[in-house]
Amino acid sequence: MLRKLALGTALGALAAGGALAQDIDVKLGVLNDRSGVYADLSGEGSVVAARMAVEDFKAAEKGLNVEVISADHQNKPDVGSNIARQWYDQDGVDVIVDVPTSSVALAVAQITADKNKIFLASGPGSTELTREQCQPTTIHWTYDTAALANGTGKAVTDAGGEKWFFLTADYAFGHSLEENTARVVKENGGEVVGSVDVPFPATDFSSFLLQAQSSGADVIGLANAGGDTINAIKQASEFGITQAGQKLAGLLIFINDIHALGAQTAQGLQMTSAFYWDTNDATRDWSARFEEQMDKKPSMVHAGVYSAVMDFLAAVEATGTTDGDQVAAWMKQNPYEDALMGKVQVRGDGRAVHDMYLFEVKTPEESEGEWDLLKQVSTIPGDQAFLPMLDECDFTKE
Amino acid sequence: MFELLGIPPQALLGQLLLGLINGSFYAVLSLGLAVIFGLLNIINFAHGALYMMGAFVAWMLLNYAGIGYWPALILAPLIVGVFGIVLERLLLSRLYHLDHLYGLLLTFGLALIIQGLFRNYYGISGLPYRIPDALAGGYNLGFMFLPKYRAWVVVASLVVCFGTWFMIEKTRLGAYLRAATENPVLVGAFGVNVPLLIMLTYGFGVALAGFAGVLAAPIYSVNPNMGADLIIVVFAVVVIGGMGSIMGSILTGYFLGLIEGLTRVFYPEGSAVVIFVIMALVLLVKPEGLFGRAT
Repeated sequence: MLRKLALGTALGALAAGGALAQDIDVKLGVLNDRSGVYADLSGEGSVVAARMAVEDFKAAEKGLNVEVISADHQNKPDVGSNIARQWYDQDGVDVIVDVPTSSVALAVAQITADKNKIFLASGPGSTELTREQCQPTTIHWTYDTAALANGTGKAVTDAGGEKWFFLTADYAFGHSLEENTARVVKENGGEVVGSVDVPFPATDFSSFLLQAQSSGADVIGLANAGGDTINAIKQASEFGITQAGQKLAGLLIFINDIHALGAQTAQGLQMTSAFYWDTNDATRDWSARFEEQMDKKPSMVHAGVYSAVMDFLAAVEATGTTDGDQVAAWMKQNPYEDALMGKVQVRGDGRAVHDMYLFEVKTPEESEGEWDLLKQVSTIPGDQAFLPMLDECDFTKE
Repeated sequence: MFELLGIPPQALLGQLLLGLINGSFYAVLSLGLAVIFGLLNIINFAHGALYMMGAFVAWMLLNYAGIGYWPALILAPLIVGVFGIVLERLLLSRLYHLDHLYGLLLTFGLALIIQGLFRNYYGISGLPYRIPDALAGGYNLGFMFLPKYRAWVVVASLVVCFGTWFMIEKTRLGAYLRAATENPVLVGAFGVNVPLLIMLTYGFGVALAGFAGVLAAPIYSVNPNMGADLIIVVFAVVVIGGMGSIMGSILTGYFLGLIEGLTRVFYPEGSAVVIFVIMALVLLVKPEGLFGRAT
């Protein structure tokens, strides 16, 4: 405290009003699912990742007093909106981080723009955040459904998986994932031979898998998430579908899901991710620090939270303010790079563009540990991974 | 070759078989509920959580103690059963003289607590549990590939269901049980330890849930919500079969599994609601349930 005071005074004496003369209070609110289906891939892990960013940025030494708070939105837009409003209006929160579940994220994006704060979206997948419902202060950091469809859909079709059959979770998210992927499949010379709308959530997929099997498709696209995907993959292995030569393509699947399945069941599955803990020394070190606190390896959502917070703090330091418009503008002007996400450029619409990676799940023989699950197949360059920017969403234009 | 509404008969046969497999889970779970309701008058909302516990106990036995699937099939239901007995002694036994609603509220609360605790310690993604080696692989039946494990599920559930029915309806012990629920005071006067009988019945009903959990562990995701997803359907099964009717709940379980299987072929979007539609119809036409006795 004394040191901070001394520092503040010294800096204040140096340049009154300049960017250096700062002792800025920054309050980060990590808003996500802490008890439901997305608690493992976001949850407390995202809070830990945000704290690690604050620590690594050496925020205190740079005159930023950063506080991290968190709350559970229970995957309900009304709950999420209420927390967001209270945080902005009463608790002095400057930035909301994470927010998986697209419906909640879209509500938070709107409120954040109204209050001129910043929304660092790491958890949600909907492309609407930077398209139909784009907002000037939304930064959509880690992934979106289009990037996943581009990655998995294109790679699998190119590798000879031309005929697709979709198992689609029967709600908005599932249909949009199917639509995105089907488009990519057709663009790359494949065809969609059928699909079945599975009620959400479902435990038994055997009947739908049998329909997929008899369709003669090369690839079964799983346009679902979480427990549904896990059950579908488990049962596809049980019914000998993968052994008989049909491939499964998980369209939204995280490292936690693969861990839950085990390499034995999930082997050969292809998936797209922005981050994998075992990529290089830097990711391994960072993930080991994360694991010390969380007792599990980080997901791409956790890594995204870390990177996004680092970039945000850099913006606050550079601009000397937490004003939403100014911080967003700075983040869009200045590229960012770290070991976790590589080179990142935030576009005018708030879409953070970076490379994505296609992974394949290792076989039990290849896997040397509980978390040794993926091997990289290819890199999808950022400019091909994401959808092009819509003109009306380019907020950097005057 | 003839086709039924555009579905080849082989595919239909396959789907019926799958329906029977799902029906097996419904039957074992609804049987447990029916036993508990029929003999104790408790609407056991914790049944789904105890089913989940069965799966988790099997996982824990394997991962902490190295005990495999077959011993777990006996041990896990026993452990869950003992847990149920503790619940019955400590909490439920205080509510027998009150309205059904109190038991329902208590067990509902217990279910939330149990699920919350497991979620806190094991997360939500679920845990892997492998199919035992003896039951890996499957049979090619021509019209479909039948995993050995699924065939085993059908056999195991049939044996357990009809064994339970036989014990309650045809043996002396079962006669005591039924008598004790009709008139506990009189049966007690004959020297039968009624509270013990009731305690063991609850333990047994709960053990059935644990048994279903172990059966489910290798094929469904072992996660804290697995019971919550299933329990509502199982309650609908019990209502359709007739509250408290043992044979009714067994037959209805298999029957609804088949209906659900057919719906998945002809109108997949409706497969999640078909059971509830049937429930509404049954309640309109025969409110006591298909096999229930009018009171």
